Amino acid sequence: MSRILFRAEQVTKAFPGTLALDHVDFDAYAGSVNILVGENGAGKSTLMKILAGAERPTEGRLLLEGELVSFTTPSEAMARGIGIIYQELDLCPNMSVAENLFLGHEHTRNGCIDRKRQAQIARRIVTHLKHDIDPDCLVGDLRVSEQQIVAIAKALRHDIRVLIMDEPTSSLSSQEVRTLFELMGDLKARGVAIIYISHRLEELLEIGDHITVLRDGRVAAHAEMSEIDMPWILHQMLGETRVDVPHHGNAARVEPLLTVDDLSYPRTESGVSVDHVSFEVKSGEIVGLFGLMGAGRTELLECLMGLHPEACGKVTLAGETLDDRLGLDQRIARGMMLIPEDRQAAGIVQTMTLGENITLANLDRYQRMGWLPRNFGAEDVAAAIEKLAIKAGSPTQMITTLSGGNQQKAIIGKALLTRPRLLLMDEPGRGIDVKAKAEVFTIMNRVAAEGMGILFVSSEMKEIVALADRTLVMSRGRITAELTRGTYDETDLMLNAVGLRVAI
Amino acid sequence: MALLLRFRAFLALIVLIVLFAFLSSSFLTWSNLITVVVQSSINGLLAIGMTLVIVSGGIDLSVGATAGLCGMIVGALIDVGVPIGALGVVVYPHAWAAVAIGVGAGACIGAVNGFVITRLKVAPFITTLGTLYIARGLALLSHNGSTFPFLNGVRAHGNVGLPWLGNGLLLGIPVPIWLLVVTTVVMSGIAGRTKFGRHVYAVGGNERAAALSGVRVSAVRARVYVISGALAALAGIVIAAQLDSAGADAGAGYELNAIAAAVLGGTSLMGGKGTISGSVIGALVIAVLVDGLLLLGISDFWQMIITGFVIIVAVAIDQVRLDTIKVPWLKGRRNVALS
Repeated sequence: MSRILFRAEQVTKAFPGTLALDHVDFDAYAGSVNILVGENGAGKSTLMKILAGAERPTEGRLLLEGELVSFTTPSEAMARGIGIIYQELDLCPNMSVAENLFLGHEHTRNGCIDRKRQAQIARRIVTHLKHDIDPDCLVGDLRVSEQQIVAIAKALRHDIRVLIMDEPTSSLSSQEVRTLFELMGDLKARGVAIIYISHRLEELLEIGDHITVLRDGRVAAHAEMSEIDMPWILHQMLGETRVDVPHHGNAARVEPLLTVDDLSYPRTESGVSVDHVSFEVKSGEIVGLFGLMGAGRTELLECLMGLHPEACGKVTLAGETLDDRLGLDQRIARGMMLIPEDRQAAGIVQTMTLGENITLANLDRYQRMGWLPRNFGAEDVAAAIEKLAIKAGSPTQMITTLSGGNQQKAIIGKALLTRPRLLLMDEPGRGIDVKAKAEVFTIMNRVAAEGMGILFVSSEMKEIVALADRTLVMSRGRITAELTRGTYDETDLMLNAVGLRVAI
Repeated sequence: MALLLRFRAFLALIVLIVLFAFLSSSFLTWSNLITVVVQSSINGLLAIGMTLVIVSGGIDLSVGATAGLCGMIVGALIDVGVPIGALGVVVYPHAWAAVAIGVGAGACIGAVNGFVITRLKVAPFITTLGTLYIARGLALLSHNGSTFPFLNGVRAHGNVGLPWLGNGLLLGIPVPIWLLVVTTVVMSGIAGRTKFGRHVYAVGGNERAAALSGVRVSAVRARVYVISGALAALAGIVIAAQLDSAGADAGAGYELNAIAAAVLGGTSLMGGKGTISGSVIGALVIAVLVDGLLLLGISDFWQMIITGFVIIVAVAIDQVRLDTIKVPWLKGRRNVALS
């Protein structure tokens, strides 16, 4: 067994109200790929940030080759040979490869940047990684995989001993993943301890040497990769807990509310698409949409909402076939409403109050001869606040002063005011606390019981299993499975979501 | 929030009025105050349009040039008329028809801005910088750089009456003040109490969230430039009417005054925040400042310097977050007031 290079001992990180990490031990072995897995919120990213010096542990200590270390900034960790590559690459797309590599550490001569020398060193590093990338090329012009190489090269500029990689393959094609794995093999051979975080379980079996599973801020298990298999990982990740949401229990109606027939959205640069998808949603039915990142779930919802006019296929809502070019406002008027995944970027209007946000999509109904009456919608807002249990001092409070969960409920309130027949929800439980989550799910159950159809995307398997009457599993733009409530568990979800990939 | 920002401009206005009232005996007289408001009316009209544009998340640099060009169009219509070649006659439109044509021309320039910004996806700053040059060039070209000096019209031509718009009185109050007041009231109503107005705020606050709420973002963005162009034209026509002549360089640099007024009135250049009334107060602040300093015999040059300081100080005050200052009685309220 190889030696332990970097070790976290009894690391605890407390945030106000939550314990993100609870006495976690983690070892990274030299010359191996050390896998870190866990569900969203299990504490992976917190641990990663502590290892990389971006966060400081509340308790516990870090040992680098047996020596006690403590970092206050990522650059201190970097100086000791600990590099990190974030999921969102921190490169400047407007600058050249060489400029990115030396950003903040430029080689200068007489106060001017020594471009020649930088290009020389850059070329040497890149060639060393067995890649032929021109150091003068703009990073923005490179493919994502090449950008990743640059990010790795940037980390390698220092004498790297530990390399932390956060979901490095999430935006790569399978060919590009190959290239990355080869590169990781080289790094291993040089004795680097790679700490690898990924949701793509099938990859882990392939490249991992050691695995640590986090669950609810604790280490659930640690093992040699050769001794375990996929079901073991899933079992350790998920545990025995269940999301406790009472199901609405109503039988869905027979008539389909939404029928999607052969919907396709051409492959985009980032490699995601919707590939000849057909399915239906009935009134009063909650349909879950599960898949890994990049499976095309969000794109599917966006196509339904008319955000991608270039998508083709037949979409029928309550008997009416929707024209491809039908705008968003017209789709809302016909009874469709999307609650987006990114609350800050696409959900709330930060400059508006709670009340203004709730009424925003519904102004047509309040107009009287072209004017909005004084205090328009006040009753609806008050009703929404009460019905959805939005915790706010008053409707005139700025939306940004509310917690994430209450913002999410406000967005749902806005959507419900448009009296939709079909609600499309993208990750409705993301980024909100457990209590708010349960409340949001209860609301979903309630409106479904009242006859609304819901199609929701979630990456959290427990949510899907607890909520959905029926679940569609997507992989690479296709629906690979349709599972009925009560006949499947989280393992089935994951196996179907990765299934296609394992076959490749 | 909006209240607090409007309050800031209002406070600045009160402070300046009190200050000048002490320093100059002739400041607080009816005739001087009327002069100040008349002085602010042009900038006020421009600032109202500018506010809508800025709230939507854009900027309109073309308003000064639009004002100049539309003043020239009305000047040409009154002064030269429309010669109809085939018949060998010259048609002189009625003064109000000329005004309507001028305002329509301004709206068209705004529509061009809106089209380029929403369809050709050119940044508002660049688009309106381009139309600034084009409109100014057209204004100069239209009469070879010279002015149309006779806007009184000729009774025989049936086109008299334009100067009333600049210098006339209605119920003892100068017409430009009426124009400002009516425009303020109407545009405040549109901004605050119509679907379109609320959509402008939503688009400026978060374009994607607005789009997902069913707001037709492009249509909203295009329309604010049409309104801004029409108001700019109206301002340009008032300038011409006040001077009894339309100059090709009228309104040069006024776009910056309008932006200054809007910013003083609490409009955020990031979009989503600002009020029509705040911007009009902002325009009044600038007019009071200029008038007061003039009464005190302080030179034009100093007026500019002081105006610059006032803009920066007023906005800087907004950046100092009250919650970093320990004021016991503000505790608990500051979230509501500032966020």
